[in-house]
Amino acid sequence: MQKIIISGFGGQGVLSLGKFISYSAIEQNLNTSWLPSYGPEMRGGTANCSVIYSAEDIAAPVIDHPDILIAFNEPSLDKFEGSVKAGGVIITNSDIVHKKTTRKDVKFYQVPVDTLAAAINKRGANVYMLGVLLPIFNGDISEEAAIHAVEHVFESKPKVIPSNIECLKAGIEYMKKFVK
Amino acid sequence: MKKLWKGNEAIAEAAVAAGCRYFFGYPITPQNEIPEYLSWRLPEVGGAFIQAESEVSAINMLYGAAGAGARAMTSSSSPGISLKQEGISYIAAAELPCVIVNMMRSGPGLGGIQPAQGDYFQATKGGGHGDYHPIVFAPSSIQEFVDITYGAFDVADKYRTPVMIIGDGMLGQMMEPAEIPPMRDLKTLPDKNEWAACGHSDGRPRIINSLRIEPDELEAFNNHLFKKYEEITKNETRCEEYLTSDAEYIFVAYGSVARICKAAIVELRAQGIKAGLIRPITLYPYPTDAIASKAKCDKVKKFITVEMSMGQMIEDVRLAVNGLKPVEFYGRSGGNVMMPADLVKYVKEGK
Repeated sequence: MQKIIISGFGGQGVLSLGKFISYSAIEQNLNTSWLPSYGPEMRGGTANCSVIYSAEDIAAPVIDHPDILIAFNEPSLDKFEGSVKAGGVIITNSDIVHKKTTRKDVKFYQVPVDTLAAAINKRGANVYMLGVLLPIFNGDISEEAAIHAVEHVFESKPKVIPSNIECLKAGIEYMKKFVK
Repeated sequence: MKKLWKGNEAIAEAAVAAGCRYFFGYPITPQNEIPEYLSWRLPEVGGAFIQAESEVSAINMLYGAAGAGARAMTSSSSPGISLKQEGISYIAAAELPCVIVNMMRSGPGLGGIQPAQGDYFQATKGGGHGDYHPIVFAPSSIQEFVDITYGAFDVADKYRTPVMIIGDGMLGQMMEPAEIPPMRDLKTLPDKNEWAACGHSDGRPRIINSLRIEPDELEAFNNHLFKKYEEITKNETRCEEYLTSDAEYIFVAYGSVARICKAAIVELRAQGIKAGLIRPITLYPYPTDAIASKAKCDKVKKFITVEMSMGQMIEDVRLAVNGLKPVEFYGRSGGNVMMPADLVKYVKEGK
């Protein structure tokens, strides 16, 4: 089971990264829940979503202490870093977030995901981040399941599927260097 | 196969699968995905979607469609549901089957748009005037929303009564895997020719009316309605018990809050504290017997009612417990959601 909070500006693909994780979890026959922030909170400040996957039934869809925080902007890091479980993971989009976490008891990864994805697909940053997450998920979700999820989400836009799958694979390769 | 569904859209598709072909509504957050979905989906299956000029208009369109024997529904959120109450009272009095969805937001007044459960009294005690109750379901997952919506139209037809399904902004907006049951063959829906105002088919007049001016006639009708509610209570009362068999602390909660209680129970049990949950699935009729029988258990130390309100369902819990055990309350309001850790702390520290 992983409890994940994804947070950033509206338009950074925060909610859709969450959907990619949930779709991948379904492809892997896991239970999943995706809970978005909604309403005026989405404008200006931070948009966020709480995503859980688990082999068991999922009780609360709300997350007080995430295993993983993905911060696409600085306000998101400020808002959520204190809540991450000890021993958990914080990932920032280091193209936008320049500071580091103040937490000493978590694994911290700075991924310049916009730059890395842009070499393949300018709009592929969130799928690239999905790839980054797979090694952290430690085999819970296979590359095949994630590929199926990407194919499913882009069903109506088949042209963009190959470059998104390329982003996914590049994200996995990138993160494998850090996560054994 | 299971697909990822947003709560609101899952309800909409489940209604279509159940044979609902007519929807009347007016936009309000956080339930807008229901009308949005049905606005394109219903025409696809030969039905009709109407965005009315107001909630009052929408509920009266529903009254008309139900009176004509159609499978029809409306949906709204708290302030919009308040506007519909006159119509719901009329529909109950005219004994018409229909489905009303309330994705609750915080109140009173226009309030906020974040999740809340402050409409419990309104939903269960008859939010409009006069002696009546709708049947009220409170699902707690997207799959349960689907299954209950799919069955709600049949329950409404069986008793010729309005059925309300209540959720909150969290359940409406979240996504979970769910499976939609097969499309109902419309030919298998109940025949309503006996009473529905569906045309001059056999020269016999059908009257859909809620005016009963003679006191004796109206009293007889009130007795008839409440006999029906007794029958509904006997047949339709539903609740889930979660780890109650050895529980010393019993949470009572419905909808999304019940799930937060379950997470708290897992944590409490990991710390050696025996907690359990009674989750009403029907809020009217209320699972009074299930709670009353737990109140008689020596093991049970107390009940803790947990709601996203200032405390409404707690009154029904107290009535069921009937003084046998303490009944305490933990609530958040204004659109705030309690966390499992808050409930763990409450049980351990009593605050």
